[in-house]
Amino acid sequence: MRIASFLIVAGVLLVGTPAWGADPMVIRIGYLTRAEEPRIPQTFLEPVSEDEGVQGARLAIADNNTTGRFLNQRFELVEATVPEDGRVEDAVRDLADQGVRLLVADLRHDALLAAAAAPEARDMLVFNTRAPDDDLRNERCRANLLHVTPSRRMLADALSQYLVSRKWMNWLLVVGRTPEDAAYADAIRAAAKRYRAKIVEEKRWTFEDANRRVDTGHVTVQSEILTFTQGAEHDVLVVADEADGFGEYLLYQTWLPRPVAGTHGLVPTAWSRVNEQWGATQLHSRFERQAGRWMRPRDYTAWIAVRAVGEAATRTKSADPAALAAFVHGPDFALPAFKGQGLTFRDWDGQLRQPVLLAGPRVLVSVSPQAGFLHQFSELDTLGDDRPESRCRSR
Amino acid sequence: MSFAGGAARLGLLALLGFAVAPSAQADTIFVSNEKSNTVSVVDGGKMQVVATIKVGRRPRGITFNEDMTQIYVCVGDDNRIDVIDVATQKVVDRLPSGPDPELFVLDPKGHLLYVANEDDNMVSVVDTDAKKIVGEIQVGVEPEGMGISPDGKFLVNTSETTNMAHFIDTGSHQIIDNVLVDARPRVARFTGDGKFVWVSSEVGGTVSIIDTASRKVVHKISFAVQGVPREAIQPVGIQITSDGQRAFVALGPANRVAEIDAKTFEVKRYHLVGQRVWNLALSPDEKRLYTTNGVSNDMSVMDLERGRVVKSVSVGGAPWGVIVKP
Repeated sequence: MRIASFLIVAGVLLVGTPAWGADPMVIRIGYLTRAEEPRIPQTFLEPVSEDEGVQGARLAIADNNTTGRFLNQRFELVEATVPEDGRVEDAVRDLADQGVRLLVADLRHDALLAAAAAPEARDMLVFNTRAPDDDLRNERCRANLLHVTPSRRMLADALSQYLVSRKWMNWLLVVGRTPEDAAYADAIRAAAKRYRAKIVEEKRWTFEDANRRVDTGHVTVQSEILTFTQGAEHDVLVVADEADGFGEYLLYQTWLPRPVAGTHGLVPTAWSRVNEQWGATQLHSRFERQAGRWMRPRDYTAWIAVRAVGEAATRTKSADPAALAAFVHGPDFALPAFKGQGLTFRDWDGQLRQPVLLAGPRVLVSVSPQAGFLHQFSELDTLGDDRPESRCRSR
Repeated sequence: MSFAGGAARLGLLALLGFAVAPSAQADTIFVSNEKSNTVSVVDGGKMQVVATIKVGRRPRGITFNEDMTQIYVCVGDDNRIDVIDVATQKVVDRLPSGPDPELFVLDPKGHLLYVANEDDNMVSVVDTDAKKIVGEIQVGVEPEGMGISPDGKFLVNTSETTNMAHFIDTGSHQIIDNVLVDARPRVARFTGDGKFVWVSSEVGGTVSIIDTASRKVVHKISFAVQGVPREAIQPVGIQITSDGQRAFVALGPANRVAEIDAKTFEVKRYHLVGQRVWNLALSPDEKRLYTTNGVSNDMSVMDLERGRVVKSVSVGGAPWGVIVKP
C-alpha cells in the first residue's frame, strides 16, 4: 500500500524573506492524518474544508522559520496521509525512515493509539492534536504522547464553571447517536457532579440525519424540535453533537425559551474565530492569508504542536529530537498561544494546560477558568483531570 | 515623557536646561483609549479629563513629535498614524504606517518614525516630513516593542512570537544582532546613558536587561506578589528615571507596578494600581508616574515622593498608551 507523504520545502512558504546561512540546523516534524469524508457543517456559512489541521501545522512551520533564520535553524514538515483503510503503523514507519522523531498526530482515538504504539513511535514524541477522549489521558495514557487538544472533561468543566457562575443549575441534556456524543455526555455528567449542577432530564436525539439542503426544511425542524424539547423545567439545554448533525437546529426552536450550550450555541473550545484577544488578531490574519478560511480548533492545536517544537529549538539551540522533547516536557517550557498566559504540559498525564474559550456564534462570551474557581497550584488545573484524580500510571 | 522613549526625553532635557522645571501640577497627560477610539486629555492639576480627541480605530502607540507641538498615534485598525495638533487638540494630518501599526519610536532628530507592523513581521520607517514610508526592515513574528538609543544609532525591536530583541543599525537598516528573551516580549527601553536596554516579557513574567555593547542579557528581573498567581504577573510598560536610579514596570493583570532599584535590579515595592496595567509615563519633573489600566478604564496617578498612588482618573475605554507634556 502506498502512503502519500511529502516534504514541504520550508523555503517555499517564506517568499521574500532572507535565506538561512550555510548549513542550517534542520528540524524535521512529521504530520500524520487519515483520509476521511470531509465534515459537512450544518451551517452554510462555514466552508467544507479538507485541510483542517494541516494548515495550522504549515503556518507554525512558517512562523518557526521566521525565527529560525535568526538562529540558522530550518524547520521542515513531512506530511503523511493514511488512506481510509490503511494502517497508521505503516505511515509511522515510513515517517521514521524519513528521519521524523517529532510527530503531530491529527488522528482519532483508535488510530492515535495505534500510531503511538507502533514500534518506531517508541523513540518519538507524539502530539495529539485531535482526540479529546478522556481515557487517552487516563487508563490509556502513554509516556510518548502529549495532548494538545483539550480533553472532553476540560471542555465540560469550562462550560460548567460558566453555567454555575450564572446560577444556571438545572440542565436538560440532549445526546446524539454517536459514541463520541455519548462520551461528551459522560463528561457533561461528570462536570455537573463536580459543580453540583443537576441534569433534570436526558433526551436522545433519534431523528434521522437529513441533508442540510432541503427546500422548506425548516418546517420539519420547527415542529420536530418543539415537541422533542418538552420536558422537565430547566435553565439551559446542553447538547452533545460532536458531528454537527443536528445541534444547530436546537437554537430558538425549543419548547421553553432557554439558551443552548455544549457542542452548539455557547461552545467550550480550544479555539474559535471569535477570539481576538491577546494578539489573536495577528494569528487569524496570518492564517487566513495562508489558508483562505478561518482557523479551526484542529488547525490551532496543530499550530501549537509545531510551535512547541520551534520554541524548544529556539531555547535549546539544538536540533536533536531527544533534547527538544526533553525541553517540552521540562519545567522551563511555556508557550504563548494567544490565550493570555504561557501554556505548559501537565506532568501526570501529558495534557496541555490551557484556558478554554466559551464561544458564542458571533462573539467571544467568556474564557474559563472562571474567576473564583481557585486551585492551590494553577487555576488552569480546575479544568480536566487534576493530579490526585488522574488514572494515568504509565508516565 | 514619550511612551516610546528617546526623542521626547531629549527634547525635554533641552527644555529643562533653559527653564525652571515645571511642577507636575502643570502636566498635561494624553492617554490613547484602544476601545473608544479616542485620546483623553487629562489636566495634571485638576486630575480630570478636560478634553477627548476622536481619532482612528484602535489607538495604541502614542508619542510626541520633537518639539511637542504634535502627537502621533498608531491607529492599528485603520492602518495609519493620526497626527494631533497639541494646541487645537484635533487630528490635523495622517501618516502612512504599513499594516496594523501598534507601537513606534521617533528618532532623536525627529524626522523618522520607526513603526512595528504587528501583522507583517516588519518594521516600517516613516519620514514624517515627506509623509512617506522610506524603508522596511524584516524582523521576527509579530513585532511589537520599539526602543531607540539616545544617540539614535541603534533601534531595538521586540517580536512577540519569535521572542527576540532585534538590534537594528539605523544607518544601514540591517539587523546586527538578535537577543533571545523570555516569552512574548513587549516593551524595549534604553537607559538614559544608552548602555542598557530593558525588555519586558509579558508571558515569561520577567524583564531582561541587555548590555548594548555586548548584546548579552546581563540580568533578568523576576517578580513575585503575594496572593497573585504567577501567570497573572505580566510585565509590559517600563519607565526609568533620567538619573538611572529608579525603574518602574507595569505588571498587567497583577494590577501592580513594580518599583525597582535600577542599579541593583532589586524590586523594592509593588504598588497597587488599576486593573490590567499596560503602560507608564513619568511626569517631566519625575515626581509622578501615570499608568494606563486597560480593564478598569482609568489612569492611576502615583506620587513618587510620597511613594503611593494618590488618585485614579477615569479616562476612555481600555486605556493603552500614555504620554505627558509639561
